[in-house]
Amino acid sequence: MIEVENVSKRYGDKIALDDVSFVVRPGVVTGFLGPNGAGKSTTMRLIVGLDRPTSGSARVNGKQFRDHPAPLHEVGAMLEARAIHPGRSAHSHLLALARSNGISRARVDELIDFVGLTGVARKRVGGFSLGMGQRLGIAAALLGDPGTLILDEPANGLDPEGIRWIRDLMRDVAAEGRTVLVSSHLMSEMAQTADQLIVIGRGRLLADTTVEEFIQRGASDVIRVRSPQLPQLAALLVAPGVTTEPSADGNALEVRGTTAESIGETAAAHRIVLHELVRQQASLEEAFMSMTHGSVEYQPTEVVA
Amino acid sequence: MSAIAAPRAVTQARVVRSELTKLWSLRSTRWSLLLAVVAMTGLGILISSIRMSHYDARPERRPINPLDLSLAGWHLAELALGVLGVLIISGEYSSGMIRSTMIAVPRRLPVLWAKLMVFGTATFLLMLPCAFVAFFVTQSILRQHDLQTTIDRPGVLRAVIGAALFLTVTGLLGAALGALLRNTAGGIATFAGIMFVLPGISAILPATWTANVDPYLPLNAGTQLMNLNQSTGDLTPWSGFAVYVGYVVILTAAAAVLLVRRDV
Repeated sequence: MIEVENVSKRYGDKIALDDVSFVVRPGVVTGFLGPNGAGKSTTMRLIVGLDRPTSGSARVNGKQFRDHPAPLHEVGAMLEARAIHPGRSAHSHLLALARSNGISRARVDELIDFVGLTGVARKRVGGFSLGMGQRLGIAAALLGDPGTLILDEPANGLDPEGIRWIRDLMRDVAAEGRTVLVSSHLMSEMAQTADQLIVIGRGRLLADTTVEEFIQRGASDVIRVRSPQLPQLAALLVAPGVTTEPSADGNALEVRGTTAESIGETAAAHRIVLHELVRQQASLEEAFMSMTHGSVEYQPTEVVA
Repeated sequence: MSAIAAPRAVTQARVVRSELTKLWSLRSTRWSLLLAVVAMTGLGILISSIRMSHYDARPERRPINPLDLSLAGWHLAELALGVLGVLIISGEYSSGMIRSTMIAVPRRLPVLWAKLMVFGTATFLLMLPCAFVAFFVTQSILRQHDLQTTIDRPGVLRAVIGAALFLTVTGLLGAALGALLRNTAGGIATFAGIMFVLPGISAILPATWTANVDPYLPLNAGTQLMNLNQSTGDLTPWSGFAVYVGYVVILTAAAAVLLVRRDV
């Protein structure tokens, strides 16, 4: 269990995190979503004690991470692809980390096998591909058989097979009753992996919910309406919270903020002919975009030609 | 995944083992240590051989100091070891390894102590035999013209052991700078500034200032252990060495405080 409580973090006058609180529970995969620069990596660094919060606290199983006597058994973390000296072999890298926590050499060999690096275990890490580096990072994270796994963008640089491997791994680890916090900017990936979602933008918590709820709450469903009397219908639908806009193909209306039932009833009451009335469910991606819009730090501005 | 043995805790001894693994598993470390060994052993032997083959007893020729000649390798070894000292810490920051290290040992300070212990011990254990080999081989070469000294003359044994002590502390000076600056180029430049530039600046100060400053410069204070004949104003061998150790202790303490306070 990870508890982040009223954490703020300031670097100089830049506020990276602003009073963020959430709890990551064991037994499920918790996705950590947010645009680049939102504060995901900073939050993860604070949890494992690399950075100190300006105020607030982050705890793992009730204690600050640094107060655990066997840190690698408590948390396995892969924060960045390369937190590895390029001049060392994969085996030496893992062995050095293992020794500091009294973990056996046999466990090192076991993990090298497990992540599929046996053939290159004695080669210098500097020559590794991005995907091999990620696998080594995962091996390091699993070294202490941790109760909590924290992975920052683990799918980066992995091929589709590797991504499936990571996804299964996270699910298995969570199913064993462990805590899993995984960040990603790939919303589709989150939809397939995560049960719980924590969303942040510009250092603020935007949502702490389940994937399903997030989709429902974040972006309202779009209802597509086609009718020979569109302008008349559009005028009748005007109400607070209801938006209408022409569809991309130009021959339909996209309505948000109301239901298909209510549109149908309005049309019938005014004897308007409908050719199409379809509810289109929002995707996680849309939900994410609608929620984080405005909390994206670096937004492209439209180019005036 | 199969189960592993019960979790075991971080201890200072385990962190020392971890740092020992790190030290020996890098090619750059092994090369730097080899360079220091070859320099410390070979330079005195090489130069004394040259001097003997060109030996000319006329008094206007450069006199031979048999002790200094035998230990001449420290000039090169101090550079190799100071740079390596910087690298064993700055290299973790430049590669990002420091994040893996500090997640494994989140209390942080055991890592600094372990690095200093492992590197200091390795340096001393390597440099001590080098100094003795350099001394005895050089003296046997100098015997050709009966210019040798012996280990039982006053101060000679102290000087030979002192070479290893000076080089050990020099390596630790580099490590302290690496920990303070967390940057390879900055660490090496500062090390070179302290060891090679400060004496030059001191030399162009007003003469009375130079006389007051010079004995306390790190290099001058630290090398008194290898010096048999202190000039007026020089610190005594052990007090000079104590001053040198003092500088390194102060820098290390500052590095330790910052290591705990700063974000990694």
